[in-house]
Amino acid sequence: MARLSALDEAPVGAGLQPVAGWGRHPVRPARVIRPERLVLPPGAPGIVPRGLGRAYGDAAVPSSPRDLVLETVRADRVLAFDPASGLLSCEAGLPLAEILRVLVPKGWFPPVSPGTKFVTVGGCVACDVHGKNHHRDGSFGQFVERIKLVVADGREVECGPSTERELFLATVGGMGLTGLIAEVTLRLRPVESPWMVLETEDVRGLEEMMEGLRRAAPDWPYTVGWIDCLARGKSLGRGILMRGCHATRAETGARRPGPRRGWRMPVDAPEWLLSPWLMRLFNAGYYLGQKRRAGRRLVPYESFFYPLDAVEDWNRMYGRRGFLQYQCIVPRAAGVRPLLRLLERLADSGAASFLAVIKDCGPEFPAYLSFPLEGTTLALDLAYRGARTEALVHELNALVVTAGGRVYLAKDAVTRAEDFARMVPRLERWRAVRDHWDAGHRFRSAQSARLLGDRP
Amino acid sequence: MKVAFIGATRGMGRALARRMAERGDALFLLGRSPDELATSARDLEARGAPRPVETAPLDLSRSESFAPGLEAAARALGGWDTLVVTAGEFGPQAELASDPGRLERLLHVNVTGTVVLCQMAAERLAARGGGTICAFGSVAGDRPRRSNYLYGASKAGLSAFLEGLGYAYGERGVHVVCVRPGFVKTGMTAGLPVPPFAGEPDAVARTVLRALDAGRPVVYAPPVWRAIMLVIRALPRAVMRRLQF
Repeated sequence: MARLSALDEAPVGAGLQPVAGWGRHPVRPARVIRPERLVLPPGAPGIVPRGLGRAYGDAAVPSSPRDLVLETVRADRVLAFDPASGLLSCEAGLPLAEILRVLVPKGWFPPVSPGTKFVTVGGCVACDVHGKNHHRDGSFGQFVERIKLVVADGREVECGPSTERELFLATVGGMGLTGLIAEVTLRLRPVESPWMVLETEDVRGLEEMMEGLRRAAPDWPYTVGWIDCLARGKSLGRGILMRGCHATRAETGARRPGPRRGWRMPVDAPEWLLSPWLMRLFNAGYYLGQKRRAGRRLVPYESFFYPLDAVEDWNRMYGRRGFLQYQCIVPRAAGVRPLLRLLERLADSGAASFLAVIKDCGPEFPAYLSFPLEGTTLALDLAYRGARTEALVHELNALVVTAGGRVYLAKDAVTRAEDFARMVPRLERWRAVRDHWDAGHRFRSAQSARLLGDRP
Repeated sequence: MKVAFIGATRGMGRALARRMAERGDALFLLGRSPDELATSARDLEARGAPRPVETAPLDLSRSESFAPGLEAAARALGGWDTLVVTAGEFGPQAELASDPGRLERLLHVNVTGTVVLCQMAAERLAARGGGTICAFGSVAGDRPRRSNYLYGASKAGLSAFLEGLGYAYGERGVHVVCVRPGFVKTGMTAGLPVPPFAGEPDAVARTVLRALDAGRPVVYAPPVWRAIMLVIRALPRAVMRRLQF
């Protein structure tokens, strides 16, 4: 609660507006600009690059009201697209939703897609996002051929896998802290239809889920599991395993999905709606519903990749105080124990709500702050209830550190600097590259102040 | 449609040009910055505009650039049937009030330049049997307010011209569409406090495109502004004098 009330005390006005991540915690005041051309504004002390604001925590939230939040969403033009090879160059503010809308009918799909399409290409690079195909294709950075970056002194610098490689490895997954990502060139994936073949199967426990993901990996490009993390005892880890692939034209013909029915969360939900027994009921209902539908079917790509995008402002489900999304990854070598302990701890606390997502990841990308590594990742929402929620995160982090894992910066809002340093062995190399290009840490955020000690 | 477009690189113009590109309208871009025009041309090609989308210089403050610009468009498109002007000047009232040079430039571009260009275009369209002219006024031109009567005056002048142009050339097959946006969240209005009923460029673009196809002479976007302005236009001067916005 202490942090939330910072907004009331801060001098909002004089062009300041409240800025928060998707989890709506923390909230900080700052000036926000949305230029059509991505150049550095003269005179601004600290700059917080921001795309569509879908990072849950404080990655694109200012640490000081003096800093300037620079939203890239108006720099959203396609610079070049080669319909023969699928090579796309664009300004960094182009949303995946636009790439999908314009290019799926022409047979092209983003190479990697996170759980929402309302993210910018620049944000995908900065977070090195991953998707349901990580076990096979890796993270977003694997498909990036060129980045044009506006660095701290205002110069434009190009980097890529073989030009300015150090800067490239620090920028992919670098949370926008090496410079303003202005343009990106990436390789899209050819698809034959807007449909997905989806197979679902109910699984009765965590080990069965991990085994199911492992078994599906060689044959299916997309896999993911949903876990009811309020189920306890023998049912701990029960859930639904999903396997998918892009449907071929032969499987679907020329038909197109109808327009998607959309909903909007009009108000902040009252907190009693999130009471543990109601959540348990919801999760059990969802599990049983999915179990009944288990089998093979064709679904539109939108409901396969972006189920929550159908509900506009769904983040208001967690009430006025917002929520944290906790996502960690644990190396395969650590076995199933750490994840079992995480789930037990969560079930005991009764803090987790709705469903958790579980996914096996492939080899890690050489980018220094990239999140995925060979192992299993778990993501779940925690309604923010002040110090006790933060304490729970620190407890979970301790389990993750011991197992040799890490947390995902695109979700994080409360991890402590010392824990983060233990999670990321490549942090010092990243710092050296960042300091070379931005010694004064002009690019910063509430997250970089918290985890890296950046001073406003 | 074959469209000569002034202002397609930014804001509502960018959104409208994209909608046209997606349905396959042929586009020719006119404007001041060759780099910006070229970048937007590639964007529109990727979105479905017939290739290549060509460009030529045109500056609304220099009437000598109009004829060469329109002729270049005619050559590239094999004759155009629609002229869209979304470009224009904007400035906060305080700056316009204290900087006569800036005010003069705004009036020159929004009224003189745009009027001369649309008049030339109407003659050309009438000569080839008809077509459409679409230019952007503003709700600010419907009723002057103390906080933006300078910008509003320029748009009121343009709106009056467009109404008359529609009457004068209607029989010769030229449709004139005057778009009157309310507050729309674009680079032009960046930094201003966002009022209720503010619109997004893409929603405005869809509204405008429907009006263009239907040949409606006046279109408010977002549409709720038609009702709002009906009320504001009816307010007596005594009330307007007291209003602080």
